[in-house]
Amino acid sequence: MITFDQTTKTYAGGVTAVKGVDFTVEQGEIVVLLGPSGCGKTTLLRMVNRLETISDGKIMIDGEDSMALDQIALRRKIGYVIQSNGLFPNMTIEENVMIVPDLLGWSKKEKKARFNKLMEMIGLSGDKFGKRYPHELSGGQQQRIGVIRALAADPPVMLMDEPFGALDPIIREKIQGEFLQIQKEVKKTILFVSHDIDEAIKMADKIVLLRGGELMQYDTPSEMLVRPKNEFVREFFGKDRAIKSLSLHTIQNLREIIGLAEFDEAITDTKTINVHHDLRNSLSMLLNQEAEQVIVSDDNGNKLGAITIDLVQKYLHFEIKAKPALVQKG
Amino acid sequence: MDKWMKFLEINSSRIFDLTIEHAILVGLAILVALLIGVPLGIYLTTNDYLAETVLQIASVMLTIPSIALFGVMIPVFSIVNLGIGFVPAFVALVLYAQLPIIRNTYTAIRNVNPQMRDAAMGLGMKPLQRLFRVEIPNAFPVIMAGIRTAVVINIGIGVIAAYIGAGGLGVLITQGISRGDNYLIITGSVAVAILAMIADGFLLWIQKRYTPKSIAN
Repeated sequence: MITFDQTTKTYAGGVTAVKGVDFTVEQGEIVVLLGPSGCGKTTLLRMVNRLETISDGKIMIDGEDSMALDQIALRRKIGYVIQSNGLFPNMTIEENVMIVPDLLGWSKKEKKARFNKLMEMIGLSGDKFGKRYPHELSGGQQQRIGVIRALAADPPVMLMDEPFGALDPIIREKIQGEFLQIQKEVKKTILFVSHDIDEAIKMADKIVLLRGGELMQYDTPSEMLVRPKNEFVREFFGKDRAIKSLSLHTIQNLREIIGLAEFDEAITDTKTINVHHDLRNSLSMLLNQEAEQVIVSDDNGNKLGAITIDLVQKYLHFEIKAKPALVQKG
Repeated sequence: MDKWMKFLEINSSRIFDLTIEHAILVGLAILVALLIGVPLGIYLTTNDYLAETVLQIASVMLTIPSIALFGVMIPVFSIVNLGIGFVPAFVALVLYAQLPIIRNTYTAIRNVNPQMRDAAMGLGMKPLQRLFRVEIPNAFPVIMAGIRTAVVINIGIGVIAAYIGAGGLGVLITQGISRGDNYLIITGSVAVAILAMIADGFLLWIQKRYTPKSIAN
């Protein structure tokens, strides 16, 4: 748990980067710090592991004032992932991943076992990649290594500063998904900086929207999309925020609440879509008119019904707008 | 050509001895220069004001004509009865080697990717751990380039040491000049050039051997 209590950052020149921010990241949650550049999100993140000093107010980690803790010990207890180049080119992949356990004095055997386990988590072979150097890996692989390096000593808290920002969109989406999968297992308390609205909606349990160092709104993605607290929030998420909010809901949600349409066996020009697909992608598939009829199937391939633009629209109007809190993220 | 071969045959052991003397003088000077220059260069990265001053002084040092610097050493070291010979030459060479070593160390450490430094801090490395595990390994090729420059400069300037009685290959050249003996001059010069090439080649090999592969290009 990370608690921000009137946290403030003022630079020597008198510029205030963060102004009295208050919020709590609950145990096991991902909170995304979102906002335009210069809004103070990275500064706020770096104040947690004291790469930036705290000018006023407090940051509590699991109830302890971070200023009361030893700076080095504090950092070793907090996983840290940065955008790019965070891996040390002079160390092998195994050495990179095992830095914190090494600093903490783990035995060789413990380190080896932990390394292999972490590599397994991201689907890479420890034996094959352990002795390689970072430049021999693709960008996506390097970023995955950066993530497991932060997880190496099993810290309760993780800080991620635009961890997937340097990747191309396809790889980024893939790694985001993988990371959510890992998070289901490890349940870390995560503070995540992003400037990408779609990424924030996808990754966040809650979003902190910042502007000029001030907290504009702290809410779940769906609340923020449907009930923006002020004009800035409304504008930040844009006119298409209704469509964006669809990515928080799956066909399954729609099926449970308003049901699917009957499908027509006679139509041969059909496409099949999995019931766990999100509604935003489903809608764009429908709008692209890729087929005359889109049939929804479950994981076993059984046909459950058909989905239409009308149904999505109905769901959007009657369900999301009316009672946004009902449908929680997967 | 025949005459020259004969000259080399007769003088080979003397040439060899002088080369060794030259190499020892330069080698020791570089060793001490390293012990001063590398830590100083690293320290300067934490003190911008001092960095500018020290680099200025080191630059000025390199512009002093070598013969003048060796000359200045004589009265200074006469105070402790070491006016000529090995010691003043050694000190002058240490001074000449400082600029490339300090400047390259300073620049190399300063230019370590700030994101890498940030990651090292964020992972909880102490300053010295960061220095030895991240900064120095990644700065290594540039530091080595500075050392190589210093070695080559010193082997060349070491010739002048003969004028203040420190021996080395300069002896052949100075004698050659005073006697008008071209064989001596050419032999001394060629020997100095070969020594410089061998030393530089050896250091380049070390540099390549210990540079992390990822940053080699």
